[in-house]
Amino acid sequence: MQIILSLISGILIGSVSGFLGNLMLSKKMSVVAGPLAHLAFPGVAVAILLGINLGWGVFPLIIIGALIIWVLDQKTNLPMENLAAIVFAAGLGISLLFLPIDKAEEALVGKIMQISFRETLLIGFISTILFFSINYFYDNLMLINIDKDLALTSGINVSKLNLIYLLSIAIAVSLGVYLVGGLITAALIALPAAISKNIASNLKEYKIISIFSGGLGSGLGIILSFLYHLPAGPLVILVNVIFFLISLIFIKK
Amino acid sequence: MVLLSVKDLTINFDNDLVIQNLSFEVERGDFFSIIGSNGSGKSSLLKALLKLIPFKGEINWQPKIKIGYLPQGITPLKVKDYPLTVFDFFKLKNKNLKKEEIEKKLNQIDLEKNILEKKIGYLSGGQFQKILIQWVLIDEPDVLMLDEPETSLDYRSGETIYSLLKNLWEEKQKTIILVTHEFDIISKYSNKVLCLTHSHYHCLGKTSDVLSEENLKKVFGKDIKIYQHKEN
Repeated sequence: MQIILSLISGILIGSVSGFLGNLMLSKKMSVVAGPLAHLAFPGVAVAILLGINLGWGVFPLIIIGALIIWVLDQKTNLPMENLAAIVFAAGLGISLLFLPIDKAEEALVGKIMQISFRETLLIGFISTILFFSINYFYDNLMLINIDKDLALTSGINVSKLNLIYLLSIAIAVSLGVYLVGGLITAALIALPAAISKNIASNLKEYKIISIFSGGLGSGLGIILSFLYHLPAGPLVILVNVIFFLISLIFIKK
Repeated sequence: MVLLSVKDLTINFDNDLVIQNLSFEVERGDFFSIIGSNGSGKSSLLKALLKLIPFKGEINWQPKIKIGYLPQGITPLKVKDYPLTVFDFFKLKNKNLKKEEIEKKLNQIDLEKNILEKKIGYLSGGQFQKILIQWVLIDEPDVLMLDEPETSLDYRSGETIYSLLKNLWEEKQKTIILVTHEFDIISKYSNKVLCLTHSHYHCLGKTSDVLSEENLKKVFGKDIKIYQHKEN
């Protein structure tokens, strides 16, 4: 039973991270996911201090982090990856003062193999909403990535969409913390997109391959973890890295 | 009919006064060109007209005007990050576009239809620029604003683009607002010219008046002669 819950949660998280990650392939954004994911640590510190479930600490902290980045992005001319680094450093610095490091293991490597039924339901619910909202805003977000002015004059509310984008990243990253832990969540976002970019010849293929390889990578990683009793998070990333190496053979320009 | 009226427009950019007390009108069907040396505020003016940057003064568009805008400096490099085909790129603008519609538009500017399947990040600068212009035009804006579209075009491609613009201007009575450095293009196609300078001296008028030798000397501080290319 546990393996089924783990598989469902893992595949959903992997697919939706892959989908979102394919929007983040530009130089600017793929760097943002890492620092955001590291905000899981202050979240864990809060959860441990208050004695609550990890998720209740991690989700709000990452979302607050994304909001702060968005506000700073509106107020300054600094690049978003720089802002993300600042917010991350502030968050991690503060949390290291309070976080009992020895209790932070779940935040480091994830807990997908111990995921509960209620958590699976929650993950299913959140990733479905996330999936449809990314799909709905996909074209406009892509246009913003290509050129902000072009998007603005096509009638797109860039600032509103940037907020939705950052919140989606924050949510995907929080889910990723469950699956692989805060240290390597960025890989869940970056790898499926890179694999897909290597072999896709148009946008439709690009979307499908990144969703599919994200889900497959997570599923296989979890099965390997179940069979060989090794930690799931690192295996998920390892499978994705192998996919990436295979995709290099089929590389298309 | 006045389509756009600008009154006492002042633009400050990073504490630099870019444009001071500029007033002008654009009428429906104008081919309105904006000239001036680098840094004289041409691109900022376009952005202010679109209300993308802060400004003082009044900018009034006729209500319900649809504006198409092509910013400066979008290069294939900017889209290389994504495996976007030319067709995908048009679909980003409008999901319901049919292949045949786009093919027809591309045909007007000498592009083969197999270009639709090509990745847009790997097109030549000239092809890319032509595609961008058709991309802006595809939902039939009333006004087309272009910021130095000839950058990265060879002379022949430039001619194709401008004859397309001329057709739009004459046949469909579209309004065109163009920032350019190409005097011969302006003298060939444009009916009104606005010139901007660093000293905030503006001149505005019929093309032949603004492009007179004395006036150009005043604007650019050196002698400029314009030779008309012969019509084919």
